Amino acid sequence: MTVSATWARIGAIFIKELVQMRRDRLTFGMMFGIPVIQLILFGFAINTDPKDLPTAVHAEEHTPVTRTLLRALETSQYYDLVLESDDPRDSEHLLARGEVAFVVFIPAGFTERLVRGERPQLLIEADASDPAAASNAIARAEAIVNQALRHDLKGPLAGLAPRPGPVELIVHPRYNPEGITQYNIVPGLLGVVLTMTLVMITGMAMTKEAERGTLENLLALPARPVEVMIGKITPYIAVGAAQAIVVLVTARFLFGVPFHGALWILLIGIAIFVFANLAVGFTFSTIATTQMQAMQLTFFFFLPSLLLSGFMFPFRGMPTWAQTIGEVLPLTHFLRIVRGVMLKGAGLADLYGEFIAMGAFAAAAVAVAMARYRRTLD
Amino acid sequence: MSDLAIDVSGLVKRFGDKIAVDGVDIQMPRGEVWGFLGPNGSGKTTTIRMICGLLRATEGAGTCLGYDVLNEPEKIRAHTGYMTQHFSFWKDLTIRENLEFTARLYQMPQLRERVDETLETLGLADRQNQLAGALSGGWKQRLALAAVTMHNPRLLLLDEPTAGVDPQARRDFWDEIHRLSTRGMTVLVSTHYMDEAERCDRIVYLANGKVVARGRIGEIIARSGLVAYRGEGEDVRRLAARLQGRPGVDHVAYFSAALNVSGENRQALENAIADIDGKDVEWREIQPTLEDVFIVLMMRAGADRRTHA
Ligand SMILES: Nc1ncnc2c1ncn2[C@@H]1O[C@H](COP(=O)(O)OP(=O)(O)O)[C@@H](O)[C@H]1O
Ligand SMILES: [Mg+2]
Repeated sequence: MTVSATWARIGAIFIKELVQMRRDRLTFGMMFGIPVIQLILFGFAINTDPKDLPTAVHAEEHTPVTRTLLRALETSQYYDLVLESDDPRDSEHLLARGEVAFVVFIPAGFTERLVRGERPQLLIEADASDPAAASNAIARAEAIVNQALRHDLKGPLAGLAPRPGPVELIVHPRYNPEGITQYNIVPGLLGVVLTMTLVMITGMAMTKEAERGTLENLLALPARPVEVMIGKITPYIAVGAAQAIVVLVTARFLFGVPFHGALWILLIGIAIFVFANLAVGFTFSTIATTQMQAMQLTFFFFLPSLLLSGFMFPFRGMPTWAQTIGEVLPLTHFLRIVRGVMLKGAGLADLYGEFIAMGAFAAAAVAVAMARYRRTLD
Repeated sequence: MSDLAIDVSGLVKRFGDKIAVDGVDIQMPRGEVWGFLGPNGSGKTTTIRMICGLLRATEGAGTCLGYDVLNEPEKIRAHTGYMTQHFSFWKDLTIRENLEFTARLYQMPQLRERVDETLETLGLADRQNQLAGALSGGWKQRLALAAVTMHNPRLLLLDEPTAGVDPQARRDFWDEIHRLSTRGMTVLVSTHYMDEAERCDRIVYLANGKVVARGRIGEIIARSGLVAYRGEGEDVRRLAARLQGRPGVDHVAYFSAALNVSGENRQALENAIADIDGKDVEWREIQPTLEDVFIVLMMRAGADRRTHA
């Protein structure tokens, strides 16, 4: 069989898929609905650096010093002093009920002991049941307090002011100095959206034929497996491209995510990543016999991708076994590429390991898909 | 090139430990129209699928159009039109799109013109933009037949093409089959209808995965050794219940206002008729019909064993 014959048959299947895709409103809607919903949910709703946490104050004395301290907490934007309580047991309940995230205790005689240089205690009780929610506020507490007192303890009290440590520590939080969650999440969403929709849709591509009884006809017609696969996958490459444009444009103009690197590097990454996902989807559709099963397999793949890739939780925080699984998943590498290019301005040399890992995964998935494709009804 | 369109022997197909087809031989010359008969679950569909390479035979071998059924399914498909038992064209494509898709896969030249022609012959030109799923049963069959014959295949495999189609449409369908056959196509068609079997050059009768009868209709009837009587008179229909199950009576049927009985043993059948002694019933021996023969063949082979649609 000649090459032109192959192209003709791929073309035939490609056109058929396009027409069917256009008629299937639900799937079509899903392809663009899912990215939009995920962008809104993840983009606007997630914040890993929560501010304005409700705080109760239990102050047994009120002096200029305590007022300075409280004002400093408030202006740090982490603590929102919502109420004062007089009864220590009350404060306990507020925390337990989740009404406040912190209770600040200022004991009687605080100011006096401070002036005498006795290092009085200032207690902050935190609801640390969700470590991520409280950690930044807790970490900043000491700095906030010291900063505030440095201003107040002047003149004769200057000796009490906190002294700088023996080492001048300088930390540069690079690439995202303000710690804006969206800068991290929105580029990552590009990978999440592509994984979810492309695997699912191609997963359904062959099972749909089996479920509707058209598979027998498709197999009886003179198209070879590789032709069917390419013909069926190609329309979804266009879908992936459209989704990528939607997410990138939103990232730039709605979320103002910076783009420091070269677009073409990202585009290569997207191309390999899209291909890897389509191959996974196609493999699933050779395993599943119904669309429902294809959907379940998709989630079987999607969940670990979401959880172990470093999209949701810090990759380096995971135990070794989880990192090992994560290293296999294409989303992990794609996240490094997209974040690397956009936020860090990383070049090809910085990222080629990720490209290789992703490419290897794609090649393996294609091999499995081709081996599993049924030429017969057996 | 051999003058057999289909030449397979010893075909066996097992699904797990179930034997669907059990040693089928078919030697079918080019240009003929053969009927493929047998009760549901007897293995007709499975055999047809093995012939065109859609299922891999567990045992046995052979050729179809001179190509090996096990190793050259692609070549077989290029020259075969296979119409599946259940409508398997794309219901979410229009009639025209289905034909175009098929034509493209076969890389037919002048695609547009060929599709236009086909639509014209089908009488579907003005409905070409309707979804195929919206067609009635009869029209679906015609669309499917048109689609699988558009590329002028040498062999047509039709699996119960007229199931659930009205008599007029069936007649048209068969006229079309004969027209295609005169153009040189070889046609193997499975069916449950006796009148359709009578329109075939030869028939192959399958039961429980085995060929239990084959040949021209006359030969099959003669070879069956069956004897048939026809009784006419007042109230003969009431006698049916009494005749049923008597020794020597294999089959009793009431039609054309007469009672038709058949059996394999002449003496026993005649005794049975004499015994029940209906008033004013006039019995005379007739030529057994193909249906009589099949019913006997079916009884010998056992009931429907189908477990899988
Ligand atoms: N894919 C399959 N898996 C298991 N059993 C099957 C399968 N296809 C057919 N069978 C069984 O094989 C037998 C023959 O079926 P089939 O060829 O469809 O008969 P027919 O077409 O004559 O009605 C039946 O008993 C059927 O249940
Ligand atoms: Mg059948």
